[in-house]
Amino acid sequence: MLQFALTRFISLSLSLIAASVVIFAVIEIIPGDPASFMLGINAQPDTIAALREQLGLNGSLLSRYVNWVSGMLVGDFGISYTYKVPVSELILARVWISLPLAVYALAISTLIAFPVGLIAAAKRGKTIDITIMGTTQLGIAIPNFWFAMILVLIFAINLRWFSAGGFPGWEEGFLLSIKSLTLPAIALALPQASILARIMRSSILDTLDQDYVRTARAKGLSQRQAIWRHALKNALIPVLTIIGMQFSFLMAGAIIIENVFFLPGLGRLIFQGITQRDLIVVESVVMLLVFAVIIVTFIVDLTYAAVDPRLRKR
Amino acid sequence: MTHFPRTLIFGGILFSIFLLGALISFVWTPADVEILQITARFKLPSTAHWFGTDHFGRDIFSMIMVGARTSIAVAVVAVGIGIALGVPLGLWAAANHGHWLDDFIMRGNDLVFAFPSLIIAILITAVFGPSAFNAIIAIGIFNIPVFARISRGGALSIWTLDYILSARVAGKRAFRISAEHILPNIANLLIVQGTIQFSLGILAEAALSYVGLGVQPPTPSWGRMLADSQTMISIAPHLALFPGFAIILTVLGLNLMGDGLRDILDPRIRRTQR
Repeated sequence: MLQFALTRFISLSLSLIAASVVIFAVIEIIPGDPASFMLGINAQPDTIAALREQLGLNGSLLSRYVNWVSGMLVGDFGISYTYKVPVSELILARVWISLPLAVYALAISTLIAFPVGLIAAAKRGKTIDITIMGTTQLGIAIPNFWFAMILVLIFAINLRWFSAGGFPGWEEGFLLSIKSLTLPAIALALPQASILARIMRSSILDTLDQDYVRTARAKGLSQRQAIWRHALKNALIPVLTIIGMQFSFLMAGAIIIENVFFLPGLGRLIFQGITQRDLIVVESVVMLLVFAVIIVTFIVDLTYAAVDPRLRKR
Repeated sequence: MTHFPRTLIFGGILFSIFLLGALISFVWTPADVEILQITARFKLPSTAHWFGTDHFGRDIFSMIMVGARTSIAVAVVAVGIGIALGVPLGLWAAANHGHWLDDFIMRGNDLVFAFPSLIIAILITAVFGPSAFNAIIAIGIFNIPVFARISRGGALSIWTLDYILSARVAGKRAFRISAEHILPNIANLLIVQGTIQFSLGILAEAALSYVGLGVQPPTPSWGRMLADSQTMISIAPHLALFPGFAIILTVLGLNLMGDGLRDILDPRIRRTQR
């Protein structure tokens, strides 16, 4: 197990290094000078020179990269060019919207997908199974930002149950904040729940074909008992992988959904950074998101190996 | 004769409608999508404008037809990039199985997989400027490891077969074996995966255009139409409904086609299905 964790950790570190190189390179390949790119075409030469100094652009490529990475390791992401405050402050203020949103959506998705997938598997081939499979097929095809707009139209504009966007801030009360994250979380969760329900269903069906389930049935257990006592536990392994992978989709999807609902999260920060050419902000937030995704994948891998000894051998 | 699954027929019809609309839009649309007619704006669906008109008085039906062109073109090229680069990589890795090259290629694949694709696509289009071309590149890059992985997996199992052994005995080199014996045998897998990546490409293009990083106006695109409609959704919901339906039905059609194709093309599934 330790060896497995260690090899995984090495590959995680390599992924992070590669990710940082790619992101750094993308920012670096921008034609021309980042400082003049950020300041626009009407910038004065001395302003550009000052910004170059501030950004540390006068060093070599390698020293700039090392500075950027070593800064990030101690939580120093540099200073935002437009906000004039440390990027870490900007991120810290916004991560408490994006992270709860992703977790909330993941919870909704899982809560819907588990029973739905289970019912479909238990009623394989029956009308309810076909209905569920058809609905999930539709759920996968719906773009979450469009679903978000429709939710706003129905629940915010027509029924007035929720606000159409914005975030009051956690200090205004937990319930109020959760309420404002509800429509975005549902919009994010729908396609993921559809995918998860389908995987849950096929995973249970796969385990139902296994010998040990047949043995259990032969011993006199009903289909339902066989699912609950034997199939479910083993069926959860692939389902867990997908949940882990969905976290990355949710973080990325949140970027777009935050824009639909005007939530001041990391996604909004990225887009503001893009429109204001604040590349330090963009590159740091992207790196942070990649970091989060890679760490989650690492944790999922370790959880499996702990649950299923066979996986450690690979 | 092969029995065609219902999913393939239904999905094929759905997708063909949009493909046909896209093709017809090259020679004819009910109205010119670049002519603004402010006096005729926010018209509800009628015989003159089947899907109504938008905030500039443009015919939404015509815009959906031209938008189909954009979506399909972007997704086709992005999948093409994935196949053109991913398949040779996967075949090469499989031909060198056990060699460090195989490991190297596959670890590189894992790396790209670890990236949240939409975030990187946003970064790429943000840095290189929003355009259809950059959107294609951004979506296409993430198709490469998908096809590399699937063709390597398929190729590995074929490399162990007897007729490959006889081809090797006959003196054929790895390159010729890959091209002449392996590629035709994994074509089915690639077609199924291609359909799935195609539908993902359509969704990704819509998302990028929605946030303003895809196709630029005045070229109509479904994602862009949704973005424009957002602020007007309370007064003119039809502006958001039709492009949304277009995306959903196209993606649904492709996904159903993928399922149906897998049923008839993928022998592993055919065998396990009861």
